Amino acid sequence: MSAVRTWAPGDELPPLKIQVTRTLIVAGAIASRDYQDVHHDAELAKAKGSPDIFMNILTTNGLVGRYITDHFGPGAVLRKVAIRLGAPNYPGDTMVLTGKVTSVEENTAQVAVVGANGIGKHVTGTVTVLIGGEAS
Amino acid sequence: MSDGLSEVSRTDGLPEESKGDSLYEELKAYEGLPAAEGGVGRDLVNEPMIRHWCEAMGDTNPAYSGPDAMAPPTMLQAWTMGGLGGHQGRSAAQEELFALLDKAGFSSVVATDCEQEYLRPLRAGDEITFEAVIESVSERKTTKLGTGHFVTTRMDVRANGEPAGTHRFRILKFAPARRTSKKESQKPARRPRPVVNRDNAGYWKGVEEHKVLIQRCTECSVLRFPWLPGCNSCGSAGWDTVEASGEGTVFSYVVMHHPPFPAFDPPYAVGLIELAEGVRMISNVVGVPHDEVRIGMPVHLEFLRVDEELEVPVFRPVDSVGRTA
Repeated sequence: MSAVRTWAPGDELPPLKIQVTRTLIVAGAIASRDYQDVHHDAELAKAKGSPDIFMNILTTNGLVGRYITDHFGPGAVLRKVAIRLGAPNYPGDTMVLTGKVTSVEENTAQVAVVGANGIGKHVTGTVTVLIGGEAS
Repeated sequence: MSDGLSEVSRTDGLPEESKGDSLYEELKAYEGLPAAEGGVGRDLVNEPMIRHWCEAMGDTNPAYSGPDAMAPPTMLQAWTMGGLGGHQGRSAAQEELFALLDKAGFSSVVATDCEQEYLRPLRAGDEITFEAVIESVSERKTTKLGTGHFVTTRMDVRANGEPAGTHRFRILKFAPARRTSKKESQKPARRPRPVVNRDNAGYWKGVEEHKVLIQRCTECSVLRFPWLPGCNSCGSAGWDTVEASGEGTVFSYVVMHHPPFPAFDPPYAVGLIELAEGVRMISNVVGVPHDEVRIGMPVHLEFLRVDEELEVPVFRPVDSVGRTA
């Protein structure tokens, strides 16, 4: 590592804005091999009481992971990702991910993550990440 | 603001009901039973699936590409998914539990929680195997989405036989809440029905025949509109009718912007029309933008079919050569 960067509890991560497009929802569902119709078929989603298709939890999980490693860099290794979903991510919405470092112990940081969309908190979670650790 | 599940009541406030919930007792018996046994990932960990995932997520982390690439750890569950081919290794217990919930009407599914721990990176060529257990089934809960039961499973994922990660997953199996307000708003709204009584039935009978009938006092011959039981001028209860010629002018008007009423599409002009016969009636001015309606504008009667049951008289501006615009 060229420069040693340190993190401390209370550090805030720059927000990441995710445009929740229909394409993202469908691409995320298929890339995660989730063929539940509510993630790609608006008609069937409506028949099940949803106003539209909505993002699957695996995509949310992937986006949260990306948010953390984008910030801590390619040397960072995810150890734990625990998320809870709230307001669904429907097409046309924007989700803004924000994060705050809650603890740092040796090489391991914990980050509290929130992804808020136009109707509320889509995701709240905690990520444990090994900072600058070896990837294998 | 609707916040989906995050504002969900996780106690349904009906503990007595839950205690006596025989379905819950049945569901609870599945706790500790396997959810998946001997599951094998459909594909070895592979670069194309990693790349597709990274493209979808917009993840450009260099650790996920190149010769020694690792898979994004958050892909853990994806390697265990059955895809269109169906679920791999799902246990009989899991199938039964879901069938019980489906049968009880809790047929919709939404994932609510995902907790993953990553023990080692996954790389191309790794063979994924997994076992899962039904960790818990909740009492019946009422959420914004509907009423149902949370089912939590815990999966142990191995790569080439070595522990690679754990995956705790919670879903809500629920019966969707009735979205009555939404359903009602999806029905095309209908204009309010006129209140027809013995004092004005003759007027609405006239409208059915595409006539605007004006009441005339048989005592003093004064015209009156809208219809009334007696003459405002002499008090006589005797009347007959005169059919309006249909010609009139805008005596006054307002433009409705707010509030919107069902079946009306603001902004629109409501005119007080002075008929050629001298009486005035309230109606819509149609066939002209709402902001081009003017006092004194000559208008002509026509009938607007609002729906299969209702027609109403409206007025359309007459152009300079006397034809309706």
